Amino acid sequence: MRHDLLLYRWSSSSVVILLGFAESKFPYISSLRIHVEIPSQFCPHNPRNQQLHVHCTIFCYVSKLGDFKLPHFFNYPPYFTLQPVRDTREKQIQLWKELILDYCKTQKTFVIALEEEFPLFANHVIERSLTHEAREAFLSALVSEGRAEWMDKGHRKCLILWHRIQDWADILIQFAKDNGLEDGVVTIEEIRSGTESQGTELHGIDRTILNRALKLLEQKGKLVVFKGTSADDEGIKFSI
Amino acid sequence: MAGNCLPPVIITGSGRPVLEPNEIECFFLSGVDLLCEDDPSTSFPHLKSGLLILTTYRLLWLPDSAASGGGAAGAVPLAAISHIFSVKKSLRSVFSSPRVRFQVSLSPEGRVEAVGSRSVVVTVVVRGKGDCDAFLAKFWENWRARAWEEAGSGSSNAAAAAATAETATTSSSGGIYSSDGTVRMVGVSGILRKEQEMWESTDRSLQEAFQDLNALMSKAKEMVMLAEKMRLKLLSGSNSQANATNDEEMGSKEEMQDWLLSVGIISPVTKESAGALYHQQLSRQLADFVKTPLEKAGGIINLIDIYCLFNRARGTELISPDDLLQACSLWEKFDVQVVLRKFDSGVMVIQTKSHSDEEVFNKVKMLVMKPDALRSGISASDAARTLGVAPAMAKEHLLSAESKGLLCRDISPDGFRFYINLFLEIDRDDVHLLTIVMLKSPRLVEFKPRRERNYKKRFTVL
Repeated sequence: MRHDLLLYRWSSSSVVILLGFAESKFPYISSLRIHVEIPSQFCPHNPRNQQLHVHCTIFCYVSKLGDFKLPHFFNYPPYFTLQPVRDTREKQIQLWKELILDYCKTQKTFVIALEEEFPLFANHVIERSLTHEAREAFLSALVSEGRAEWMDKGHRKCLILWHRIQDWADILIQFAKDNGLEDGVVTIEEIRSGTESQGTELHGIDRTILNRALKLLEQKGKLVVFKGTSADDEGIKFSI
Repeated sequence: MAGNCLPPVIITGSGRPVLEPNEIECFFLSGVDLLCEDDPSTSFPHLKSGLLILTTYRLLWLPDSAASGGGAAGAVPLAAISHIFSVKKSLRSVFSSPRVRFQVSLSPEGRVEAVGSRSVVVTVVVRGKGDCDAFLAKFWENWRARAWEEAGSGSSNAAAAAATAETATTSSSGGIYSSDGTVRMVGVSGILRKEQEMWESTDRSLQEAFQDLNALMSKAKEMVMLAEKMRLKLLSGSNSQANATNDEEMGSKEEMQDWLLSVGIISPVTKESAGALYHQQLSRQLADFVKTPLEKAGGIINLIDIYCLFNRARGTELISPDDLLQACSLWEKFDVQVVLRKFDSGVMVIQTKSHSDEEVFNKVKMLVMKPDALRSGISASDAARTLGVAPAMAKEHLLSAESKGLLCRDISPDGFRFYINLFLEIDRDDVHLLTIVMLKSPRLVEFKPRRERNYKKRFTVL
């Protein structure tokens, strides 16, 4: 993000101006670092310096939620109130959608239950939390984009698809190729918690999502699912 | 030449005549011509299709605002009228526009004056819809009441009432049917006389019936006069001994003056007097009235506040909220400096045409950009304090600023607060590039080279 600042000369007060500017632009971040690069030809009394561009890089530091880095606007109180004005609301929903997907991806969260506590939906630092209406609005926006699905008619549980089903299917194919399983057999449990999947995105994948991806591949004739005696015994034969 | 003959009438910005103290409007007729049939050589102007207002002192003729060029507004003082002819009921009068004729005295220079050397007959032609008979009755009544004499002499009410009664009896005997003793009950004149008698008797019974009401009304006028007198007394008192009185006393005196001043609209437009023109005239009067409170409130004021102020100023002639709303919505049709505005929330306000939202938005923006407001937002009462308006009004301003995308809201257990809208410029990147543009300034030249090293040092610190 680029900003412009007009200064007449560089002096000690410039630092204050810079800090004031940063504070006005990012009032809700917990700390920031400003890195200023001064061009070597900079000389205050040189009349040719009348239009000198000094580039500063501002690094925003924000509070963390576990190992997840929260965006700087997370401390902005209106972020937690559903905005009534259309343009503002659209941007707000956009920001929330990105944040939810980001968080779920890094934390490997597949299901959000609206009535249970979800770390993103409350900010204890500024004592704000989302209303039920707001939660449903943001998740519905994800659902309408195909990045989430309601798991029940009452909209109480939401399945988050930070990868679409098609993408999950592609990951499965890649997994099979990487492990030489083009014509091999593997159980579903092996995919979810086996040593082969360790360190891949498939590790700990939600059962519902995995089944949907498998069904998609089965329809395409890329694999066959064998029913076992129990759900744990289900196996897959790839035929790529 | 045209306006010379009649004393001019001063018109307010919204097209209402400026009345004399204690002058009261009694009747309105639209689409009225005023002309002198007597003698074309007189300087009496031919005034076409205007608004005729009968007051207790004068007969005002105002040009119709729609058709300009009908002539300047003029007034015929009732004092200058020496005779009012009663309407002759003839076959012709059924088909032509109703006419009311009266005789006015002219000074030697051709001006309409109370004491004149000669007289001409002036005709009022009522072309528009209007109750001509009721007008004539009211015209008679006002002319005989001689309210202007009362105002001029400042005599006590009792004496004035006696004078009124006296003139009433003399003028009725001086009417077109003078009581010369002989009563001839033959022909058309006999029928006419009978009618006249009937009219007089009903008039008498009506007068008796309304005597109490009239007494009340004359008392009300006295009250206004008393209020005015007290105000003047207070004013002179505070001037003469301003140093001696302490502040508190002064404060209460000023308050008292404010009260007495707001006793004020002496001639409220009423349904009775204005008839069909009621809302139009009310609208104009309201436009004149709101100027002062609007200035005090900074160019915008709640409709409810105006309703209270306006009705208080009108005294007993209260208007309904519906009438106020209608009067306000009529402003679009007139060239007045105020408009009625409805906020999205349904709250209605009156504002001057020059009032701009931009100005308010800039103030709001300044307010929310303060460091404190950035962190904890502003409430409607914070904005009210800074903008100098009522909290309800301030909330409307904030809500409209929100709908423009300038602000956004935060609803929490702490309440309803507004913040500067950062949503539109929020970026998920946590790294921001800032370009500082150094501009040449005169002070730059004064820099001494030896300080250059210090600058470099400072940069590295950063």
